[in-house]
Amino acid sequence: MLVLPAVLAVAFLVVPLVALVAGTPWEDFWDRLRTEAVRDALALSAITSLATVGLCVLIGTPLSWVLARVVFPGRALVRALVVVPLVLPPVVAGVALVAALGRTGLIGSWLDESFGYRIPYTTAAVIIAHTFVALPFYVLAVEGVLRSNGARWDDVAATLGAGRWTTFRRVTLPLALPGLIAGCALAWARSLGEFGATITFAGNYPGTTQTLPSLIYSELQGDVEVARTISMVLLLASVLVLAGLRDRWLRVP
Amino acid sequence: MRRRLLIPLAASLALASSLAACSSEEGAGAEAGEKELTVLAAASLTETFTALGEEFEKTHDGVDVTFAFDSSATLAAQAVEGAPADVLATADLRTMDDAVAGGAIDGDPQTFATNVMTLVVPADNPAGISSFADLDKPGVDYVLCVETAPCGVVGAALIADGGITADPASLEVDVKAVLAKVASGEADAGLVYVTDATAAGADVVSIEIPGAETQLLEYPIGVLEQTGDDDLAAEFIELVLSDEGRRVLADAGFGAP
Repeated sequence: MLVLPAVLAVAFLVVPLVALVAGTPWEDFWDRLRTEAVRDALALSAITSLATVGLCVLIGTPLSWVLARVVFPGRALVRALVVVPLVLPPVVAGVALVAALGRTGLIGSWLDESFGYRIPYTTAAVIIAHTFVALPFYVLAVEGVLRSNGARWDDVAATLGAGRWTTFRRVTLPLALPGLIAGCALAWARSLGEFGATITFAGNYPGTTQTLPSLIYSELQGDVEVARTISMVLLLASVLVLAGLRDRWLRVP
Repeated sequence: MRRRLLIPLAASLALASSLAACSSEEGAGAEAGEKELTVLAAASLTETFTALGEEFEKTHDGVDVTFAFDSSATLAAQAVEGAPADVLATADLRTMDDAVAGGAIDGDPQTFATNVMTLVVPADNPAGISSFADLDKPGVDYVLCVETAPCGVVGAALIADGGITADPASLEVDVKAVLAKVASGEADAGLVYVTDATAAGADVVSIEIPGAETQLLEYPIGVLEQTGDDDLAAEFIELVLSDEGRRVLADAGFGAP
């Protein structure tokens, strides 16, 4: 009774991916990857996704620690607000970023008038858009590990005379490392695939703002073969992330 | 006493009129079942063709005109695949040629309108742009269509012809996205069709591009091979080509063929 829908569900998820692999023009795979547009987009995606992960670690780790360890009024609210971009449609994230940081936006117009600095159409805008959508993934992963580790080891370190910063650096962080790595992998995958917020907020220009997904979208109207080749690259990257997280997601209890 | 009388009176009047509306709708529906005209038209024709469709229904009792507005390339492909429709109108000759080559068009398509590109700037013109050459001024962020879209091909050609050396800030996926970036003030300027600029009204200011007419887009219309009613399809095309059709198109910014 339940087997047929289950088989259907598996087929539903697997068939499009198999079709993508089958539809990839393998014979010219490397040639297509070597064209200038694809190389530019590959390089830009690599740079922006790594910068996004770096930024997530830099600001996401302290936030995760605060959410997991510090009791303060409104913590539940802050936590909920932080997670909103996780469920927000990416294009809405883009519209929100334009409203805040766009040239006519809340902060963007002030930046433009005061410093003559404009964020849209720059690689920085791509990284900002990616971090906006990737940060919640990172924070949830790290916070989860910090919570499940508990504060016991921190307390032990403190009673042995370690200061708050030493405790964080020498005890809390090493114990949370698996969560940090998982968070990085999730943030990286999210950044690599980000499209809606990027094209809405940062724009689409080869070399500065055209990431792999934006190039796929542009090439769907032009050279479909190129679009399929890049899609294959992103599928491989996703499989790579999954392989890296296999202990977390693929282990059957 | 009066009020008591008035309410049932009003109610019965309302009922009667709604009944009348019902019956007239039913009548139209029954007749429409006999005659229906389906037109595949480029997205940029949405406003004008909708108006012309209503006009056509007025003069042709019991005919129901329905439209499918989409990108010309998509519509041409659908026409070749035998989509059940009577008329095809595209935004450039290339897509119509594809439909003709695919055997989808009965007879020769006729050009009914032209469109050219124009430079648009936000209403407050933050970068102080007064001519096409000003795109080269430092600090100007202008946007174009991506080159896989027809507007991108024409736009890139005009940029090259105009000797503009500054790169665009972004290549948007279609002409409406370019217009939106300019209208919202997120870009200093953009290249769109004259008809888009007209539709945007006071949100943008148009600046003529020298030599824009060398990159003229021609809009052809033709009867589809699979039509069930040659005469009705031909009559619709007649309306589009008539003075009436000309006027509606000109109001929207389209040029004469």
